[in-house]
Amino acid sequence: MSEQAHVARTLADHLPILVVLVPFLAAPMIVLLGSRILAWIIAFSASLTTVFIAILLLLQVHEGGVISYHIGGWAPPMGIEYRIDAANAIVLLLIAAIGTIVLPYAVRSIRHEIDQKHHTLFYTAYMLCFTGLLGMVATGDAFNVFVFLEISSLSTYVLVAMGAKADKRALSAAYNYLIMGTIGATFFVIGIGFLYAGTGTLNMADIASYISANGADRTIKTAFAFIMVGMGLKVAIFPLHQWLPNAYTYAPSAVTSFLAATATKAAIYVLLRFMFSVFQPDFLFEMNAIKGIMLPLALVAMFVASLIAVFQTDFKRMLAYSSIAQIGYILVGIALLSTTGLSGAIVHLFNHGITKAALFMAVGILVLRSGSSFYARIAGMGKIMPFTSFAIVLAGLSLIGVPGTAGFISKWILVQAAIEQGWWPIALAIVASSLLAVIYVWKVVEVLYMKQPAEGLTRKEAPLSMLVPMWIMTLATIWFGFDTDLALTAARSAADGLLNGFTMAGGH
Amino acid sequence: MRHHLILRVVTKALIGPIILFALYVQFHGDFSPGGGFQAGVIMAVAFILYGVIFGLNAAQSVFPTWLVHKLMALGVLIYAYTGVATLFLGYDFLDYGAFDPHHPAHGQHWGILAVEFGVLVTVTGVMMAIYYAFAERRPRISDKDW
Amino acid sequence: MFELDFILGHMNYWLFTVLMMIGLYNVVAKGNLIKKVVGLNLFQAAVFMFYISIGKVTGGTAPIFPTDMKIDPDVVYSNPLPHVLILTAIVVGIATTSLALALIVRIREEFDTIEEDEILEIETEMVRKENQACGDVMGGAT
Repeated sequence: MSEQAHVARTLADHLPILVVLVPFLAAPMIVLLGSRILAWIIAFSASLTTVFIAILLLLQVHEGGVISYHIGGWAPPMGIEYRIDAANAIVLLLIAAIGTIVLPYAVRSIRHEIDQKHHTLFYTAYMLCFTGLLGMVATGDAFNVFVFLEISSLSTYVLVAMGAKADKRALSAAYNYLIMGTIGATFFVIGIGFLYAGTGTLNMADIASYISANGADRTIKTAFAFIMVGMGLKVAIFPLHQWLPNAYTYAPSAVTSFLAATATKAAIYVLLRFMFSVFQPDFLFEMNAIKGIMLPLALVAMFVASLIAVFQTDFKRMLAYSSIAQIGYILVGIALLSTTGLSGAIVHLFNHGITKAALFMAVGILVLRSGSSFYARIAGMGKIMPFTSFAIVLAGLSLIGVPGTAGFISKWILVQAAIEQGWWPIALAIVASSLLAVIYVWKVVEVLYMKQPAEGLTRKEAPLSMLVPMWIMTLATIWFGFDTDLALTAARSAADGLLNGFTMAGGH
Repeated sequence: MRHHLILRVVTKALIGPIILFALYVQFHGDFSPGGGFQAGVIMAVAFILYGVIFGLNAAQSVFPTWLVHKLMALGVLIYAYTGVATLFLGYDFLDYGAFDPHHPAHGQHWGILAVEFGVLVTVTGVMMAIYYAFAERRPRISDKDW
Repeated sequence: MFELDFILGHMNYWLFTVLMMIGLYNVVAKGNLIKKVVGLNLFQAAVFMFYISIGKVTGGTAPIFPTDMKIDPDVVYSNPLPHVLILTAIVVGIATTSLALALIVRIREEFDTIEEDEILEIETEMVRKENQACGDVMGGAT
């Protein structure tokens, strides 16, 4: 409540809340109207609006730095604040864009994979998940992160369980994900409880200024540990990744492409936000945690998960394991603790998001035409579905990190960051584990192009509504492989925003 | 439960007071502990009690499943559009002062009333939906085989 | 460091930790899916109690202002914020529990069991059959 005369606000001032509110309004509307066709129209127009809002926000923070929005007019630190800066604006755009592009793809995909009576509920759950992810990223209040985290998680469990029509293992995968995810979220809440007990505030910027002024006592260190483990479960940091392969494999294809590209990414953003903005990295305890625990685990993830991916016989499951390995790269970038490393991590977060979205969409198309994503079933598809298969090759190259694709740029920056610090072994490890990626991508290419197709299946190219979104994603991986400036400057300003966003603008 | 005469009579007598109590908790939430969450659960209890005693079919003829689903969504929309209304009045999201610019405290009363009403509708809907979702499932062993 | 005062003074932390570990143990060690959910609830309830306990102010009363808004400055109020947060968390907990139970109902319908080891057995069997049907394309890997 401001005491002075009220200044009427315009729509442009409300962008930080609208980015969350628009998809949130769509979800109950879909249930209320209860029509399948309207459901898609509402969901798509809401997510398209969200993309525009996200673009506007990105432009605003490029000019003006930090946008702070006060819910209910209550000024922070008492009220809930939404805080947009260069770091979360780019993540918001990633989530909004992928959420929008997956929707047209979902129409045909879910007609095949989900019972018709569940379609409206699918779009509702999808919109809620979308809302939750955007909210997690947009908010500047620590407890609010938890609320949005749970909104997105609960709807994710439902979305994963919807794969039960195709394979009943989706149910047990969703159940295991629920158990692991809830433990993670509860750990996160314990961490926030300790933070609140230690600092007396829930506003992230306020916590940050408290810690930088008073240092971290044992309560705050405990909070850090709990938050890392809790979010680590959501990110699927290596030993906490058990839920991921099954959940990704048995979820409907549209859901997998959306989740793989956004859910872990939003969680990584929250991790980054807490590591670098809330707990500043000058504290010794955090350095030890990152260098002593996170870096080795990330390196192990890069090799072990890639190795497991090599021995898979199911394309979708192989990609799920490759995701765990790629999260390892992102964590290595974070653990290097430099602006270059951090911007490498953010670029890789972005690039891996679009690459994996393209690949999982391609898997969905293969599943639509051949019934399953096992190598035996999709053998020889290169001749029958040339567009899909070629997209897989291109996106696969980006997964390896071949020059001219998005994956190359981010790995290049990561290697650069490692060399900058003089950590040659890590640079070598990044290159070596990319060789493993060559093997697992080559196996898919071999299956697609050099095997004889199995008998007795309907074989034709996929419908356009699925091909176009997939090709948009694939071309994006090529585009960001050549137009390096765009992603790089955005990532660098994001890294700067994370490293000193709160100390720069923390005016209270 | 056809032969449990006492249960049926007592239930019929109780349902009215339960709903009344729910409304009391709802509207007294302004001054004392209470509000939409609690009131919604109490409200749902009235219908769930009816369902438990008189059977699921009876409950669903009073409160059909489709209505429950719409109510869940409607409550959320009431909440969200209260916030949207404040946006259009030129205030921040959910800044209830917008409803009475000259006397923000009165605006707060109106705003919280609208929001809590949305919560009441949604929570009632959700509790009923949970009850129906589990009660509707056909048991694999019928009662007689136990 | 570990004097009696320290131990008694942090009683809420001890209780919270013990309750939380009982819950977590149940989630990890029990094979029955319902028992896991019960454990998860215990685990969450422990966290709720932890939050409530840190909101307590010594000698504080319920944080409700009198209706006439004549606030006596001598009255100490407990911190209401943790209660509000936990109200939200409890709602989330209910949603999680009901979703978990709904999933268990579906699992029971599909798998005919709610014991984790039996489900795992069925799944292993499914994977084995899939590998028999589809594995040999990569050189007979099973």
